[in-house]
Amino acid sequence: MPYETDYTNQGFTKVGTRVNRPDGVDKVTGRAKYGADANAAGQLVGRVLRSPHAHALITKIDTSKAEKLPGVKAVLTGKDFPDLTGGNRGLMDILENCMARGRALYDGHAVAAVAAIDADTANKALKLIKVTYKQLPHVTDVDEAIKPGAPIIHDWVRTAGVTPAPTTASNVAQRSEFGHGDVDAGFAQADVIIEKSFKTEQTHQGYIEPHACLATLGPDGSGELWVTTQGHFTFRNVCASLLGLEVAKLKVTSSEIGGGFGGKTHVWTEPVALQLSRKANRPVKLVMSRDEVFRATGPTSSTSVDVKIGAKRNGKITAATAELRYQSGAFPGMWAMFGAMTSFACYDLKNVKSVGFDVLVNRPKVAAYRAPSAPMAAFAVESVVDMLAAELGMDAVDFRIKNAAKKGTKASYGPVYGPIGIGPTLDAVKNHPHMKRKLGKNQGRGVACGFWFNFGGQTCTDLNIGVDGSVNLTVGTVDVGGSRASLALIAAEELGIDYEQVRVTIGDTNSLGHNDTTEGSRGTFSSGMATIFAARNAVDVLKQRAAATWDIPVEQVIWEAGEARAKGRQNNNLPPLSLKEIAAKSPRTGGPIAGHNEVVADGAGVSFASHMCDVEVDPETGATKILRYTVVQDAGKAIHPDYVEGQFQGGAAQGIGWALNEEYIYGDDGRLQNAGFLDYRIPVCSDLPFIDTQILEIPNPNHPYGVRGVGETSIVPPLAAIGNAVSNAVGVRMTHVPMSPPRILNAIETAKE
Amino acid sequence: MEVQLAGILSQAAGGARCVECTGATIGELLQSLVLRYPEMQMHLDEGVAVAVNGEIYRDRRDQPIPNNADVFLLPRIQGG
Repeated sequence: MPYETDYTNQGFTKVGTRVNRPDGVDKVTGRAKYGADANAAGQLVGRVLRSPHAHALITKIDTSKAEKLPGVKAVLTGKDFPDLTGGNRGLMDILENCMARGRALYDGHAVAAVAAIDADTANKALKLIKVTYKQLPHVTDVDEAIKPGAPIIHDWVRTAGVTPAPTTASNVAQRSEFGHGDVDAGFAQADVIIEKSFKTEQTHQGYIEPHACLATLGPDGSGELWVTTQGHFTFRNVCASLLGLEVAKLKVTSSEIGGGFGGKTHVWTEPVALQLSRKANRPVKLVMSRDEVFRATGPTSSTSVDVKIGAKRNGKITAATAELRYQSGAFPGMWAMFGAMTSFACYDLKNVKSVGFDVLVNRPKVAAYRAPSAPMAAFAVESVVDMLAAELGMDAVDFRIKNAAKKGTKASYGPVYGPIGIGPTLDAVKNHPHMKRKLGKNQGRGVACGFWFNFGGQTCTDLNIGVDGSVNLTVGTVDVGGSRASLALIAAEELGIDYEQVRVTIGDTNSLGHNDTTEGSRGTFSSGMATIFAARNAVDVLKQRAAATWDIPVEQVIWEAGEARAKGRQNNNLPPLSLKEIAAKSPRTGGPIAGHNEVVADGAGVSFASHMCDVEVDPETGATKILRYTVVQDAGKAIHPDYVEGQFQGGAAQGIGWALNEEYIYGDDGRLQNAGFLDYRIPVCSDLPFIDTQILEIPNPNHPYGVRGVGETSIVPPLAAIGNAVSNAVGVRMTHVPMSPPRILNAIETAKE
Repeated sequence: MEVQLAGILSQAAGGARCVECTGATIGELLQSLVLRYPEMQMHLDEGVAVAVNGEIYRDRRDQPIPNNADVFLLPRIQGG
């Protein structure tokens, strides 16, 4: 191992402070350049024609009239995307999702694309493309899709994870089972057993910036892509594979990003834009409309989950099971598997079993959404945990504390936990002033826990010191949540200089080695690790230059507080050399001073959070108001506490929207009925209270600073915390998310009957 | 050493939830696993993670595996 990644408990002077964000002025003045803000000489406008049908054979596409329209420079259909995937089914699914190949699989599936000199011409051209469809039976509901006789989405899908392997096609793409112990024996020991079924509807990440790119691809196979993405290196690799390009000849630059939350980890229109550009031999700008974003980019799964938990009268859980059915859209996914892995991860269970079924339906290809799949599983499990506590007459927090996972617990998904933070978050909840607030009429309080894995991955950074002592740090992880400020703090900490001396840039794919996508809460964890090592690398060079200046062995030089100091009584006459002084002389002492690091940052450490919320439900309208919301989460070490709190608040806000309002509504015709922010309502400021946060800092033993990822876990508990709060407020168990006013009223009315 | 196979990965080993393998590092362990269960290669190509004494490694093939370690082969996680 080239670098020691263990936690060292070092003291900090910069890390942990709340400095100003470096991108703030650009963003509030409009200077920041997002996906749609780049332009090139001679660029064309790209537009995509999408299927109006949920499921249909494309018997013919006549593009002749569109091609003849003056100003149209390229028209594409599925035939313009040869299969270069080499039998890789995952890549083929991506290609087929970008452009239909003989069959439209969902409302909004791309069937053709044009590039024209302006938007009017491109729109006219789309209308001139004549597509002949033969409609096929469709299915959009996850439970309906697994019933006998349901329309089969793909005749080549055989359920994986089943022995013996099935020989007939199914909409169940995969079965995944996790757990240990003997659940039957465990339930036999239980004094109380609660069993309940839950549903959650499909939601979109709801990022404000739609997908947008500017693509240039010449006949020589060299190209450039400016794009809003969470992972430009991954986009480069995927686009190159799909289009038969050499990776090094496609330069991808990430723009500023107006939200991603997992939805910008996947390519949607970028290969189409590149292929249009190749065909037209002109740059092509392709910007999705909001309607397209909803209909054709990855939302999260809608789900159906059954949970059964048994416990002794003393409050100890004896067994737990869950069956989770997650739809993955029209292409196989692993989303139910993640739900099955995370469902019981908060608890110390001797007998546990969770089984996930990934189900195909005629909806858009599901994509990751912040701790993908965990919130739905947590909604079901944490609801039953609350019901069980109530049945046992125990406080819901005490019940969770009694059963919480701890160091040495065998996780429900397999491994044994190291040091983890679920217990401390629950203790913090129990003692939080929020829990002492008195509830009024029609008000209820809910608590829930959440888990997410976090991960690190391939990372590469460069650190260059200018002759004036200012520092350029170039990283390859897209800044989705403030990582530039955090990474500048880390560089300043290591070099012993001011935060303001460091400028962090997100390098393009030609500037750095491969960096994995910013997902899995990895940005600050992994690029932070690489920045530490790159800075230490640069410090080694600084020490060498000082040693040469002083004409002493480098072993006699130490680096402290931003300056080289000569050790030993014999060097008492040598005054320290600051970074600025060494940098100023660098042209004559060996040239530029730089540090570099490439690392596979593993050991991210799992993450836990506990949330509490108070709600008030209007019994006449069914409307829910969030009165107070508090997030407690383990951050390892909060590099920039403002941003950590922002992540906690952002996850909670998205979870609140998911819990109360947001849902994809499909008609009987299989078409999405609310593809816009007017009818798909995400929470705005006036819907939310100030979300309180409490950062716990339990160091991750596998990071020099003790950092854990913080970006995702905060979206896991809200569905359940609000579900428990609403259920307590109305006196009826809520089992269907979102808990919209009609659903709450219906639940109240049904309970009366 | 004993390697426990989580979820769908056990299917590649004929349904076994636990198999015997050798290897001083994660890389060696995965090599040995594929030699014994060739169907495992497909999962390795799609990506797996290896938990060693509770710590999950996705990419670090040179990670040493201590004697008597608790080793779990997991599907590769995606994030948002």
